[in-house]
Amino acid sequence: MKVLVTGAGSLLMREVAIALATRGEEVVCMQRREAHFPPGVRVHQELGDITNLEAVAKAMAGCDGVVHGAARVGVVGTWNDFYNTNVVGTQNILAAAQTQHVPRIVYVSTPSVAHHGLSLVGADATPAVTGHQRAYYAESKAIAETEALNANSNTCAVVAIRPHLVWGPCDTQLVGRIVDRAQKNKLAMVGSGSALIDSTYITNAVAALVAAVDALQVGATCAGKAYVIANGEPRTVRELMQEICNAAGVPFRPKKVPLSVALAVGSLMERVWPRMGKGEPPLTRFVAEQLGTAHWFNPRSAAQDLNWSPTVSLDEGFAELHRWFLEQPRPLPL
Amino acid sequence: MPPSRRELEQFGVRPEWSTVVEVPSHNGATYAWHVLQRPGSSEHAPVVLCLHGNPTWSFLWSRLFHELKSDVRLIAPDQLAMGYSENIGPRSYETRVKDIEDLLRALNISAPIWIVAQDWGGALAMGYAVAHPQSVAGLVLSNTGIAIPQGRRAPLLIKISAASGLHQFITQRTPLFVKGTPLLPGHALTKVQRKALAAPYKTPYARRGIAGFVAEVPFHAEHPNQQVLNNVAEQLPHLNMPVRLIWGAKDPVFNDDFADDLMQRFRNVALHRIASAGHLAVLETSIASLVEDAMRENPIQKQPAVSLGEPEPLWGRLENSERAHEIAVNDAAARESVTFDEFAAQVATYAQELHQQGVQRGQRIAVLVPPSIDLIAVVYAAWRIGAVTVIADRGLGLRGLGNAVRSARVQHVVGSQKALLAARALRCAPHATFIDLGKLHGAKKLESLAEVYAPQPQPQDLAAVLFTSGATGPAKGVRYTHQQLCAQRDALQHLYGITNADRFVAAFAPFALYGPALGICTGLANMDVTAPRTLTAQALNEACESIQATMVFASPAALVNVLATAETTNTTALSKVRLVMSAGAPVPLATLQAMKTLCPQAEMHTPYGMTELLPLADISLSAREAVGEDQEGTGGVCVGKAVNGCDVVVAAPHSGRDVQPLATGVTGEILASAPWMSDGYDRLWHTQNSARPLREEGKRSWHRTGDVGHLDHAGNIWVEGRVVHVIYSVEGEVTPVPLEIAVESIAEVQRAAVVGIGPSGVQQVVVVLETLTGKEGEASPELTAKVRRVVTPQKVAAVWVVKDLPVDIRHNAKIDRTALANKMSTLLSGEK
Repeated sequence: MKVLVTGAGSLLMREVAIALATRGEEVVCMQRREAHFPPGVRVHQELGDITNLEAVAKAMAGCDGVVHGAARVGVVGTWNDFYNTNVVGTQNILAAAQTQHVPRIVYVSTPSVAHHGLSLVGADATPAVTGHQRAYYAESKAIAETEALNANSNTCAVVAIRPHLVWGPCDTQLVGRIVDRAQKNKLAMVGSGSALIDSTYITNAVAALVAAVDALQVGATCAGKAYVIANGEPRTVRELMQEICNAAGVPFRPKKVPLSVALAVGSLMERVWPRMGKGEPPLTRFVAEQLGTAHWFNPRSAAQDLNWSPTVSLDEGFAELHRWFLEQPRPLPL
Repeated sequence: MPPSRRELEQFGVRPEWSTVVEVPSHNGATYAWHVLQRPGSSEHAPVVLCLHGNPTWSFLWSRLFHELKSDVRLIAPDQLAMGYSENIGPRSYETRVKDIEDLLRALNISAPIWIVAQDWGGALAMGYAVAHPQSVAGLVLSNTGIAIPQGRRAPLLIKISAASGLHQFITQRTPLFVKGTPLLPGHALTKVQRKALAAPYKTPYARRGIAGFVAEVPFHAEHPNQQVLNNVAEQLPHLNMPVRLIWGAKDPVFNDDFADDLMQRFRNVALHRIASAGHLAVLETSIASLVEDAMRENPIQKQPAVSLGEPEPLWGRLENSERAHEIAVNDAAARESVTFDEFAAQVATYAQELHQQGVQRGQRIAVLVPPSIDLIAVVYAAWRIGAVTVIADRGLGLRGLGNAVRSARVQHVVGSQKALLAARALRCAPHATFIDLGKLHGAKKLESLAEVYAPQPQPQDLAAVLFTSGATGPAKGVRYTHQQLCAQRDALQHLYGITNADRFVAAFAPFALYGPALGICTGLANMDVTAPRTLTAQALNEACESIQATMVFASPAALVNVLATAETTNTTALSKVRLVMSAGAPVPLATLQAMKTLCPQAEMHTPYGMTELLPLADISLSAREAVGEDQEGTGGVCVGKAVNGCDVVVAAPHSGRDVQPLATGVTGEILASAPWMSDGYDRLWHTQNSARPLREEGKRSWHRTGDVGHLDHAGNIWVEGRVVHVIYSVEGEVTPVPLEIAVESIAEVQRAAVVGIGPSGVQQVVVVLETLTGKEGEASPELTAKVRRVVTPQKVAAVWVVKDLPVDIRHNAKIDRTALANKMSTLLSGEK
């Protein structure tokens, strides 16, 4: 099978490309800058911007499937920036798939497309909703996911996969930030730290996306649907953060921030920080909600329809993370 | 104008249910009715018509619409001039009954229907059923009435609302009535529900119908509706259809008196009294399963009459010439005792006096006497004359006791002056006669039971209403007949080889009642009956000493304190007993082993059973030690083999009347059946139906114990928790007790409770602990790791430490895992 993987500059999508290539698929990667692959992994790289329809069509030529994970993330940027990459980019993928007769598209989404910051307890993957206000990422992803799933047809099957809070070695988003804050003794814990949240170890997230490629075809149960992917092992925020710190060998001394304060500060930072040109702010409303309220899901439909279930437990994941930190050149601060 | 889509959605009503039906009226006009309609799954789906009362509208049935199984067609109109139906002028009762005919005709409904109705809607439903008995399959009535019950004045609240001066003011010109009614149930309704109920009645004009509705209630003989309602009431006894009552007990208007009134009017009728609900019970609680149960075509499950022959009556062993001068009952607290002769004379005297005070066979009498010789004598006296004793122990708490007695609708209360005052203050026995214990003391003394001229009860007559501990919700009344109590006495005698030579100390008052029936000397220990854990080793030893006891019964909590206080005490009398029994809650092995060192000659036994069926099984300490760990199933507490004569089966929980035995080793609900099983539940037809699935012809029904567990090949029963506490996780069903046993093996853990949070089917397991250090909050990483290790491969989302787990007041041992699960859900949602 020839598969196009977009957004291979990110950890998750690069690993997906590697996994597909390793098992013998012909993999084309499309991202803006050259990505580094381990020696021996055969991947063809098509550098380009997904907002450019021609470039997308060229990369997709002859493909049997697409895993579309290219996206603008975070909070920095204007609505237009988010809209162009996430919505227009996805529209280009859908349009190109039609002209190139590609029969399957796996759209990499996020659980936040369906929710507005309430706690989620054993929740199902409900349809994406709009109205996320200043959360441009969630809003643009929601629009894109809806368009992608609407494009599901009897010539091209589309599935949306929403991995929840992916972490693992090399992860700069969750692990990197927590360890960085902990090292600077600036680690904040939102609320009482007692909200149960599920997360996804990177290997499981990669396997889920590969499983989606395999399960997806025209008329398949999963076609036209959205699935949340997670380890199925919710933990309190406190325990999760502590395990990450332990794995990294940094002390765990969080400062407690009430949820209401975190939301207010996050909200303010979202507006002010981007104009200061300092990159991503340390706290956003989105992060405050993610870490301050329960987030865990019903894993049943993903297990049944994608024929996937997590193979690496949290404990194994933390052990793996610890081994990785030990291999890192910088000295552990222990 | 029907409510807008947005409004309906806000109220939680599906917009597609809301319809406007143009109905040609019998008077020639055409009226626009607002009707909530939920189609059935097929053309021939049974139809349920829901009739609301005053001052509500069809929103009253929104919960039923959501919850009732989908193959039933539901129709809930707003009465004319009410809710969102056409606001025409006042209508009389008779016209409204005809309006129902009009509506059903317009909707093309001809097959017999069920009517579910509340308040004034109930009166209309009765009127319709009397006018068209062939068109009504059955009635479910909730908090309604057809006439003011005898001996009772009109409901004050409605009377005030209808009083000529105040009527317009309360019902129409101000929203007092509309806003007030939903407040009657207290906090049972949500803000949204209260708002929804008042929504159509925002202006005085909109409230015209309400005023008219109230004006229709006849409070005086000249009221034009009086005669009409009387006619309907007179016809009710001729109706054959099933009538099921669902009664919110907290309703100050349509209270228990109205329920009793209706109970007497219908032929095929049963009452389900919901202690926690009020006037709007149909909205406050989930009634869908009750309506479904009512609609099934079978009568209320009655115990098939299985003759046990003519048993020796409960008082049969009181008069025994050989033992006339031996001690029958000894009260260690009061330092009093009576011989069998004296006790029989006392029972005879009390029996005669109760009879003279007007207590008749079949009537109910609450015995509010603290544990004493008097208590036992009064109970036996009441049994002798065929009165039904209502026995609620103080272990339920004062409020629980009041609610329990109130639910049983007693005709008499007997007790000390103080107890009678308390009973009056608690209003737990309206209309009852109060019999002062002093009257019994001062009565003309009789010598023997033969002198009592009051008639004796028959074996199948009701003897007692006992109460469950109410660990999960309000205490339930459990009915026992004379022959069932006699069979229970005989089962205990058999099981424990009890002979005339035995002398029995009961450190749990209800158990002392069995002594005289067994014909053995009975001793009461000096203890605070409301707190079993206050029993000291000294008090227990003294109670044993004074009668040279051979047998002791104490609750597990009491044993723990006996052990704690034993070191400095002389326990010679304890060392002579041959049998120690403990039950009521799980008894830890260590407690029994420690007790064995105090009573080296005694066999330690833990009977297993419940208020509804005791004993079900039994196990001795040595047997429990020999059994070891479960090899065949998922573990749990071994409670021994079924008692001789008691059938036991394990079947799928929630399987209704279909009882299919599961294989050994497979976990399910434990069901049992025995001659000494209680008759059933009191004034709770739905509980009765669900808990008592029938067996084949001629056999006693099963009793669903509410416990989950499994059987092993040797026939041992392993209990794994309560049905309501089973956790439904992604991996399957998880029972709490086996995991708790594993966690309690960790040294610093004192007590553990395992609960599930989240929606059924994807629940996560949370372990909650009482520890030695007792620091509250999330458990330390070390302790969490230990817990996860001992319960492997079970996944645990979080481990929490609390100071005190919520336990029942009676035994201080049954953990309320439902309450705990709610608390943990909130904590772990991060929202608070």
